Amino acid sequence: MVSSYRSIVSPKTLAKFGAAFALAAAILYGFIPESGHGEQNRILLTGSSTIAPLAAELARAYEKAHPGTRIDVETGGSSRGISDIRRGLADIGMVSRALKPTESDLVSHLVARDGVALIVHKTNPVDGLTSDQTSALYTRKIANWSAFGGPDQKVVLVHKAQGRSTLEIFLKYFGLSDDDIRPDVVIGDNEQGIKTVAANPSAIGYVSIGTAETAIEHGNAIKLLHLDGIAASTAHVADGRFPMTRALNFVTKDTSSPKAADFIAYAQSDSADALIRSLAFVPPKR
Amino acid sequence: MSRQSADRLLSIGLMAAGLLSGVLLLFIVLFISMESWPVLHHTSLSTLLTSTDWRPSMGGFGLLAILVGSLSVSFLALLLAAPLGLATAFYLSVYAPPKIAAFGQKLIEVMAGIPSVVFGLWGLVTLVPIMVHLSPPGTSLLTAGIVLAIMIAPTLTVFSLLAIKSVPMATVQSGRALGLGRGTILRTIILPQARPGIVTGILLALARALGETMAVMMVAGNVVHIPTSLLDPVRTLTANIALEMGYALEAHRAALFMSGLLVMLITLVIVMAAGFKSDGTDKAP
Amino acid sequence: MKRSVSNRILATSFAGGAFLLAALFLWILGDILWRGLAGIDLAFLIQNPLNAGRSGGIRSVLVATLYIISLSIVIAAPLGLLAGMFLSELCHVYPRISRLIRQSLDTLAGVPSIIFGLFGNAVFAQYLGFRVSILTGALTLAVMILPFLIRSVEHSLRSLPAYYHRSAQALGLSRTTIMGHILLPAALPGLSTGLVLGIGRALAETAALVFTSGYVARMPGSVFDSGRALSVHIFDLAMNVPGGSTNAYKSAAVLVALLLIINLAIMALGHMRNRRRGEPNGC
Repeated sequence: MVSSYRSIVSPKTLAKFGAAFALAAAILYGFIPESGHGEQNRILLTGSSTIAPLAAELARAYEKAHPGTRIDVETGGSSRGISDIRRGLADIGMVSRALKPTESDLVSHLVARDGVALIVHKTNPVDGLTSDQTSALYTRKIANWSAFGGPDQKVVLVHKAQGRSTLEIFLKYFGLSDDDIRPDVVIGDNEQGIKTVAANPSAIGYVSIGTAETAIEHGNAIKLLHLDGIAASTAHVADGRFPMTRALNFVTKDTSSPKAADFIAYAQSDSADALIRSLAFVPPKR
Repeated sequence: MSRQSADRLLSIGLMAAGLLSGVLLLFIVLFISMESWPVLHHTSLSTLLTSTDWRPSMGGFGLLAILVGSLSVSFLALLLAAPLGLATAFYLSVYAPPKIAAFGQKLIEVMAGIPSVVFGLWGLVTLVPIMVHLSPPGTSLLTAGIVLAIMIAPTLTVFSLLAIKSVPMATVQSGRALGLGRGTILRTIILPQARPGIVTGILLALARALGETMAVMMVAGNVVHIPTSLLDPVRTLTANIALEMGYALEAHRAALFMSGLLVMLITLVIVMAAGFKSDGTDKAP
Repeated sequence: MKRSVSNRILATSFAGGAFLLAALFLWILGDILWRGLAGIDLAFLIQNPLNAGRSGGIRSVLVATLYIISLSIVIAAPLGLLAGMFLSELCHVYPRISRLIRQSLDTLAGVPSIIFGLFGNAVFAQYLGFRVSILTGALTLAVMILPFLIRSVEHSLRSLPAYYHRSAQALGLSRTTIMGHILLPAALPGLSTGLVLGIGRALAETAALVFTSGYVARMPGSVFDSGRALSVHIFDLAMNVPGGSTNAYKSAAVLVALLLIINLAIMALGHMRNRRRGEPNGC
């Protein structure tokens, strides 16, 4: 009887099992110490989805010039940028609006300027709206595109989730309250807004002009609407004619780490201008 | 080391591991409660549960519309999934030829393991464009209900099959010996005995529907508003967390943990009601 | 007469329901595999994602997934093995504690995955200071798959014939010897089934990972880096990246293919286990 214990699982299987486990543990163990020296040269940016693609490009260029540095970029909205900086979860927060009085404990570093504009599906015949028309649309006083010479289709309102700075800029500019708006779809990132509008011929949304221009270049089926007769374009953000604009900031605590400071200095230098323009944002006057 | 002390050490080690895994649930419940507590400094529990005003940046933490959203999506999914899931279980266990039954069962086990994000992807890319024809933008309570129904149907079928298979073969065979038809055997012999197990399956499917996050979030539209029609967009408690957790601070963050606490308490009550016993039937998908 | 007609209608409607469900499943499975596998080549698997995942492949995502899952197993396996042994071997000694633990574990298995995500974010990312990282994601998943591991270990120990135990005791072997030489080897098939089940669950998981292991799609440099799991990658491509659907489908096909392989593995392991069934040493 006793000898049959052996037959349950051969020592060989046991050994194989142990070896596999040891191997897995060893690989992971070998993987951990790397972080020891990696940690000092690691910069984490979190926040606005508008800034994220720009930050990623800046990071790539900076990493090339500074081998051994690793810069990670995560989105989640401007509020996340603020929140992560306060809690020490990130080195730099990305905030696509000016800091509020309640955020005076933080320091902002202007990186670029951007506009917020309305987008519709490429096939929508409507080319522009006035501020009043936009308010009427978002408060459902007008609910059909035929009112603007468009097709007889119900307007699908795409709206931003709470905590997104694009939402705050939008509400403030049109003097709306979030209460008055009954959207059909609530979205988070700019990209999600573009995706939603591109998939719905009767949808309207609002996103960053820079993000929208880049998306149009990549062949997405959306178009930017004129606002009060002014074309929504990077050029008009640059010359100040387009009214709904905002600052794109990097935000740090007072006690900013030197590595973060160096990256911010790079992002604010003239050498970043070309990159900023390539993503359809406007470099600030230096 | 003496033999007694080795045995003792081993017992202590096993005991420690057992206790640690046993208190995990308690620890999770405590932690989620603790993290959601601060929201009660801003809003009373009754406002939280009876207000539909969810505007966290302005101090509005009403969860009612979102709670209603969760419940309506889940019950709609159950309503759609139950007839399909049960019919499948009855067909596979009583009517189907053995080969089809074996294939069907494999297919269902495979589907039970397909990630929710894959169902969400299918819903977003394939189902939503179809639903647009009903009413744009195609993301709605109904779309979410359909995707969710397809996801929970396997749970229902697996548990119903288990329940049906636990009916003693002898009683089924005596029914057959009496010349009863398959439908009669199902109605008079199998169903009465399998009913508790089938109810368990229905409850667990409901719990799974309530806890589901990604697939629902991808196709529900996520507007905070009590739905008045099947084509209205809705937001569920779980989607609320996934959408806003990334940037929520202080009271807002606590309110999201409160959303989580609500989901957890509701599903725990359902799971316990299902009387998920710790005997041999541990094949929870 | 009436009875048989209604029976026939019943039978037809059951069959109809079953075939409708099967058709829906095959549609979804076919949709994913058909659209996804069509565009997959080796380059997709070995290139890093480019342009927010629209182009390039999923190399860094696969690596991050591998790290998250293997780390979670390294954490959960020893604990699961010991706890499973406790539940099957010491339940006679501590019947009430064992029952409570078992009930707690069964309930834990029913907790929605987003709750694990909240828990992991609060405890591992914030309180323990691991931030959003592969380590945080792995710890979260470890908690999540633990009930399944323990269950499988306990199950395989219980299906061990009782005479093994009795004869070992009759020989006067110590508990440590019995555990080490008889029970541990016997628990391994159960552990591996549990592990494979756990890997399947972990691979499928999204909600628990979004706020624990995060979104960063780059090659992780260490376990303290954020890493994007395959399921999170699919979610992000589908939801947040215009023009990302093609690669979302490809990634989904890879994920589904991996899960199908795991399903086959479970079947094989289950087969192995079923061949050896004795009188259970119940508790």
